[in-house]
Amino acid sequence: MKTLYDCVVIGGGPAGLASAIKAKEKGLDVLIIEREQVLGGILKQCIHDGFGLTRYGEKLTGPEYAYKDIVRVKELGIDVSLSTFVLDVSKKEDFSLTLTNKEGINKIVSKSIILAMGCRERTAKQVFIHGTRPAGVFTAGCAQNLVNIQGIMPAKKCVILGSGDIGLIMARRLTLEGCEVVGVYEAKSKPSGLNRNIEQCLNDFNIPLHLSKTVTRVFGIDRLESVEVMSVDEKLNPIKGTEEIVSCDALILSVGLIPENELTEKLGIEICPYTKGATVDNNLETMLDGVFAAGNCLSVNDLVDYVSINGFIAGEAAYNYVNKKKDRKLVDVEKGKGLMSIVPQRLNINSDLSKTTFFIRSDNDYRDKKLIITENGVELLKKTYKVVNQAESIKIDVDLSNVKGNIKVVLE
Amino acid sequence: MREFTCIVCPNGCHLIVDDNNNVTGNTCKKGEEFAIQEIVNPKRNISSTCKTVFPNVPVVPVKTDKEIKKELIFDVIKEINKVTIDKKLKIGDVVIPNILGTDTNIIITTNSLED
Repeated sequence: MKTLYDCVVIGGGPAGLASAIKAKEKGLDVLIIEREQVLGGILKQCIHDGFGLTRYGEKLTGPEYAYKDIVRVKELGIDVSLSTFVLDVSKKEDFSLTLTNKEGINKIVSKSIILAMGCRERTAKQVFIHGTRPAGVFTAGCAQNLVNIQGIMPAKKCVILGSGDIGLIMARRLTLEGCEVVGVYEAKSKPSGLNRNIEQCLNDFNIPLHLSKTVTRVFGIDRLESVEVMSVDEKLNPIKGTEEIVSCDALILSVGLIPENELTEKLGIEICPYTKGATVDNNLETMLDGVFAAGNCLSVNDLVDYVSINGFIAGEAAYNYVNKKKDRKLVDVEKGKGLMSIVPQRLNINSDLSKTTFFIRSDNDYRDKKLIITENGVELLKKTYKVVNQAESIKIDVDLSNVKGNIKVVLE
Repeated sequence: MREFTCIVCPNGCHLIVDDNNNVTGNTCKKGEEFAIQEIVNPKRNISSTCKTVFPNVPVVPVKTDKEIKKELIFDVIKEINKVTIDKKLKIGDVVIPNILGTDTNIIITTNSLED
């Protein structure tokens, strides 16, 4: 194994693949590190279609979308280290990475790093469900892996908690394979997944969606036998006296995703409290020079196409970093009214800002809102959106070449 | 009059079709076409998995190569579940040609049997 690279990409999912492709095309010597036996990340188990509408103008399944990038990685001759886990990473002059795989423990050195570790699912522990600890409680992604990769049906009759997209997709998938999906329960007063998934995954199969209701307790010794569901108030607290028992042999949780950032934290990199990923500039460079972040470890995306765009930005930026451009000069991007989160949170005004890409998530569902970007009260951009949904992030490219100081972004 | 959500793209427009098949609420031409199709002859793409004889890859993802009538969804799944793949098929290869006489093929969507 080679021990010196220009750029090491951690993660071989869509973000890592796109990052590596761009960095290699630019001329860097690149290594992709992937902990699984094959490239593709979570796309491998997302067998439904709808991927690639923005990037390719067609509806692909997850494995088909990944395949296109994997073919390109092979064409470019990018080094890939599979079944390999990054144990440690530290910065001296360059970056030192400690890896473990079949060959044992190895150290490699890289001039730059692209973080592309993806995200994790929230588990039952994190949503405070009481009761016994029977088999039959799965995260949606785990159930998806069992059905679509391992060919194992995890349930005959299930309840789904949370209306995230993966939960909705799994409601349909399990129904198709003969499982009875009793219902999808969502504590909030509106579904958190895309409207189209409510339509094609639930309505198409007459699966009921129960809003403002949550699962509060599980019953069963060896295997789940039933769950208790309760209505909740506006503050999401269960209302006494609304207890209902629903019999089922599986509870599937689709209660949110959290960016995976153990390595980011190991490097002492600043994490944004809103995205739960690294704070980055317009080149997706973290607050530690030479470390870039892309995809769901940076902020959870609803479209893989946006994840790939992240990767392309990070890959090109890694090239610019290795071939020493000017030092960074950072200004702030202030998250104003109407926004839940924004990426990037900083701008490097010593870099090309003519096509600055923002990924914005609103703090609510809105109609007829204006996205306004200002510097010192001077308007730089104003764009009207007929519909703004919290479940669907806004991607916008803006020319900010003339920006000198902090900017502010609002939806009003 | 019928109301439903457009499933053509992630925007998920709220479509309204009146009794004379006039569509409102769409923001593109595709949305209008989808709305009319949904009233006249609703169709869907189907994705599922197919068993294989290979222990490392017990199932592989497959899909319809074009949309089929919504009412045929479960019949198509039943046909897919009858098949066991015993050849190292490539991405795009046909697993079931002309399924249920619909002029639609079931094709494999992965390269995982190749390597």
